[in-house]
Amino acid sequence: MQTTVQRPRKRGNSHYTRTAVALHWTIGGLIVCAFGMGWVMTELAVSPLRLRMYNWHKWLGISILALVIVRCVWRITHPAPPLLPMPRWQALSARGLHVVLYLLMLGIPGAGWAYSNAAGFPIVYLGLWRLPDIVSRNKLLAAELLELHKVLGWLLLAAVFAHVLAALKHHFVDRDATLARMMQWRAR
Amino acid sequence: MTRQIRITDAIALLGLSLLALASAAADAPGTIDVATSTIVATFKQEGVPVEAAFTRFTGHIVYDAKNVAAASASADIVTGSLDLGDEAYNAEVRKKGWFDSATYPKATFRTTSIEGVNAVRFTATGPLTIKGRALVMTVPVTVSTTPAGTAFDGVFTVSRRAFGIGDAMWDDVIEDKVEVRFHLVDSAK
Repeated sequence: MQTTVQRPRKRGNSHYTRTAVALHWTIGGLIVCAFGMGWVMTELAVSPLRLRMYNWHKWLGISILALVIVRCVWRITHPAPPLLPMPRWQALSARGLHVVLYLLMLGIPGAGWAYSNAAGFPIVYLGLWRLPDIVSRNKLLAAELLELHKVLGWLLLAAVFAHVLAALKHHFVDRDATLARMMQWRAR
Repeated sequence: MTRQIRITDAIALLGLSLLALASAAADAPGTIDVATSTIVATFKQEGVPVEAAFTRFTGHIVYDAKNVAAASASADIVTGSLDLGDEAYNAEVRKKGWFDSATYPKATFRTTSIEGVNAVRFTATGPLTIKGRALVMTVPVTVSTTPAGTAFDGVFTVSRRAFGIGDAMWDDVIEDKVEVRFHLVDSAK
């Protein structure tokens, strides 16, 4: 008896799911906001606005963290379409940069959360729900975590810059569907 | 011979007097030991609890459950010593709109009456004066014995606006209610 082995076609593997596309752009947009806020708020003089902005920045950060976790889970359960044909070095760079982006998107809000706790301020999401402290009050640790949060933030800026440039290159120079498929709203 | 004894006596007397003076100054009855005592103010900022400690203060508490009539308590807190964990904010609360520490360097509490509730509890009543305003507070205090000495613990709530602390523009961001928790240790006993 002959049996033919058929490789099952993974669902959603020819294109990004709508969920993936929505998460990608939402997270991207929120990151831009959080970055801008982080930059501006540290320049403000002590005032009610400064206090407000610090809180909005933290709430935004926690929201981003939650969405990134959802994105990770989604990506694991709904694999992204394979990279389009491109030179090996580009494929490796793409993979590498995406990993870096994910690590930064988790690490930056994580460091921020820890910094806030170490500085003695618990995070009360939206002013309503108090999140657990992930580190205890420690002035020295707070200073280091703040530095980490800032440095990783600048790294993310560089990574996003590279990410955007690469997407534009694929779209306008290579003329392939790399960018297009992250802008498609296709049913699964 | 008699003269030498007199000189030695004089020196001994002087030494003893100085010693007595020194110990009297250090151990005035009921002096609070700042090193083991704490006064912490907690308030909410957009839902976030902020704990700030006053790092400099002096206090005296004299309490004997068997002689409540002779009991008294007082505290002097340096308003410029509030530590919010950030120097920019510490400097802010010393300003005119907050404690105005330059004009009012101390906040004081003096008891006008003390009522014994039981052997380990009493209620202290008296004016709390901050920024030139005096409001009568009734503070329940618990007495306990700790390795560091006799400890007096209690909590009371104040309205910062009642003392003019914090301009109106902060009202949306910082709550009016401030909880003050103290742990004052008398190491002499």
